Amino acid sequence: MSSYDTSASYPFGFLDEYAKKEVRRTTLKAVAIPGYQVPYSSREMPMGRGFGTGGLQLTLALIGKGETLKVIDQGSDDSVNAVNLRSFIEMTCQGIETTTLTDEADILQSRHRIPEKPLREDQLLVLQVPYPDPLVVVEPSEDKRKLLHGEADYSRLLVKLYEDIVKFNEITISHRYPTRINDHYVIDPSPIPRWDVLKINQSKALILFGAGREKKIYAVPPYTKAEPLAFEDVPFRVEDFTDEKGQRRVCKRCNCKSSFLDEFVDSKTGEKVYQCSDTDWCNEQLVLKTDIEEAEAVNG
Amino acid sequence: MGYVAIKGGGQAIEGTKQVFDYLRTRQGDTSVPLDTSTIENQLRLLHSRVISEGGVYHPRLASLAIKQAQGDTLEAAFALRAYRSTQPRLVETPALNTGEMRITRRISSAFKDIPGGQMLGATTDYHLRLMRLELLNESPEQFSEIAKSWFSGIDVDVIPDTFPKVLEGLRAEGLLPEIDQRTRGQVPFDITREPLIFPVSRSAALATMTRAEQGSLLAMAYSNMRGYGDVHPTVAELRVGYLPVLLPHPITGDLTEIGEVEVTECEVIAMYESNEANDKPTFTLGYGVCFGHNEVKAISMAILDRALQKGMKDGPTNPSEDPEFVLLHVDGIDSMGFCSHYKMPHYVTFQSDMDRLRKTQQKQDVKEPVV
Repeated sequence: MSSYDTSASYPFGFLDEYAKKEVRRTTLKAVAIPGYQVPYSSREMPMGRGFGTGGLQLTLALIGKGETLKVIDQGSDDSVNAVNLRSFIEMTCQGIETTTLTDEADILQSRHRIPEKPLREDQLLVLQVPYPDPLVVVEPSEDKRKLLHGEADYSRLLVKLYEDIVKFNEITISHRYPTRINDHYVIDPSPIPRWDVLKINQSKALILFGAGREKKIYAVPPYTKAEPLAFEDVPFRVEDFTDEKGQRRVCKRCNCKSSFLDEFVDSKTGEKVYQCSDTDWCNEQLVLKTDIEEAEAVNG
Repeated sequence: MGYVAIKGGGQAIEGTKQVFDYLRTRQGDTSVPLDTSTIENQLRLLHSRVISEGGVYHPRLASLAIKQAQGDTLEAAFALRAYRSTQPRLVETPALNTGEMRITRRISSAFKDIPGGQMLGATTDYHLRLMRLELLNESPEQFSEIAKSWFSGIDVDVIPDTFPKVLEGLRAEGLLPEIDQRTRGQVPFDITREPLIFPVSRSAALATMTRAEQGSLLAMAYSNMRGYGDVHPTVAELRVGYLPVLLPHPITGDLTEIGEVEVTECEVIAMYESNEANDKPTFTLGYGVCFGHNEVKAISMAILDRALQKGMKDGPTNPSEDPEFVLLHVDGIDSMGFCSHYKMPHYVTFQSDMDRLRKTQQKQDVKEPVV
């Protein structure tokens, strides 16, 4: 038997050229029909289905030499999954740069968060999606859901929201909040918190959604209307970070009062503490805070 | 701080790789690394399963996948599938004829005797599942003696390579439906290049099931056998062997054998259905085939094929007849990946969950009258 070449030589971006071409063509269609879930064949990636293979295929098909990538998970660059994805992309895409700074990135791949800092027109946000279809909670059959989307028939989803109000006096959808794009298709904006949903509306950056396991790509083009489903008298509400006294909680590390916070228990003191979920944002605020403190020290 | 758990991800991942690899080697001084040919031969049924679920016929890499996955079939099939994503599809073979298979086993439970005869071949079907304690201390000499003496006393020249198919006889008698001429020459649906958009063709369903996870297929088929369905199959023929793969010669264009793949094929017959067009009633068929030697998978697939055909025609009346239910839930790579993903951090979404719960609790508190 002939000996095997044991040196791993993968094509740029891991996928073969036909696969990347398919992802790009699917993406063009997705941009042309905002919010419409475009099916594509979705190759198996060397990480688990559910770990961001849809986002990964988008990034691999769209990134080119000389471009800079940021990968985050739960807002953090150092979360295990983000590290894993980043090192895989670095390994298979020679000639790209990676960064943790939101400002520096051309492409941002994210799971569960949109960065706090508003994105620019020249940036591209890729979100990883586990469930692409918001109608799945009211209709299990994909065939039937396709029909409902085509007719923009979201009445059953609205009934679900209404039933929530009747039962709990509050809409109970916490994340993956159904959001209507450009007055037609309702999308599942991926498991971002409600906090981030408003950032999709009229976003300057193109936002692409990749669902690898479910084999769908969809998009919200720049400057496109994105409205979370709600009622006139029951408005959409983001996560509330006020404490018992009615004060806005602040990040323990950088004192930021306007960011989405992670809540955890300090293992030493047993105290409940809050910290920015977006680590790059937190670092930037920390620098500002230190600058102010230093200036105060000098002036004071 | 508790926060540290998800920080330092890079180092942690490196550490898990090392300890995972250590566990492979910790057997001690007497251990030798598994070589891939040992896996392919001594664990051939495990190998069959992985090559079938991996969906690419590469025996050597399938063995490597088993070795590096330390025997986890889902992981091994996964590695093989991911390798497949790096390979372009260059050519398509014409439809291959399983009548030409070099047979190692073929049986029919529909007839006592079949043309060419029943050939049991290698099976555990009639073994007593007793512990063969002698294998605990098998010497290399005893081991190689088995292979050496196997062919002595067998006249290998009289054994035919191929056997006629059982279904041919039934078809000639008019007990089976005519071959649907409309599907002849149709290009089969390629699930590796196109997503499933329902309703899907039968070829798409067959392709999905042939690389499905064996346990998932079995569970769905078993639900039909037990009563959530009514296929009541009879195995017309189950055959295992090597199927010649043909491609047109690059210069002459003649079909030329380029190699062979081991497959298991099963055809089940189910009871006839009344025909609306008042044609003569016939038996109905279910078809299953997969890479490697994997009989439970081929039979399960054949039963599900029959069940799905009914569901596609008359609408599903139970889960195993529903194409979406079956086809979107039998892939091992998809399902294990998604199951594993729940181990990843989810604290942002959980924060949102807590926010909703606290809010609704607050509202409940306000509503409750103070006594």
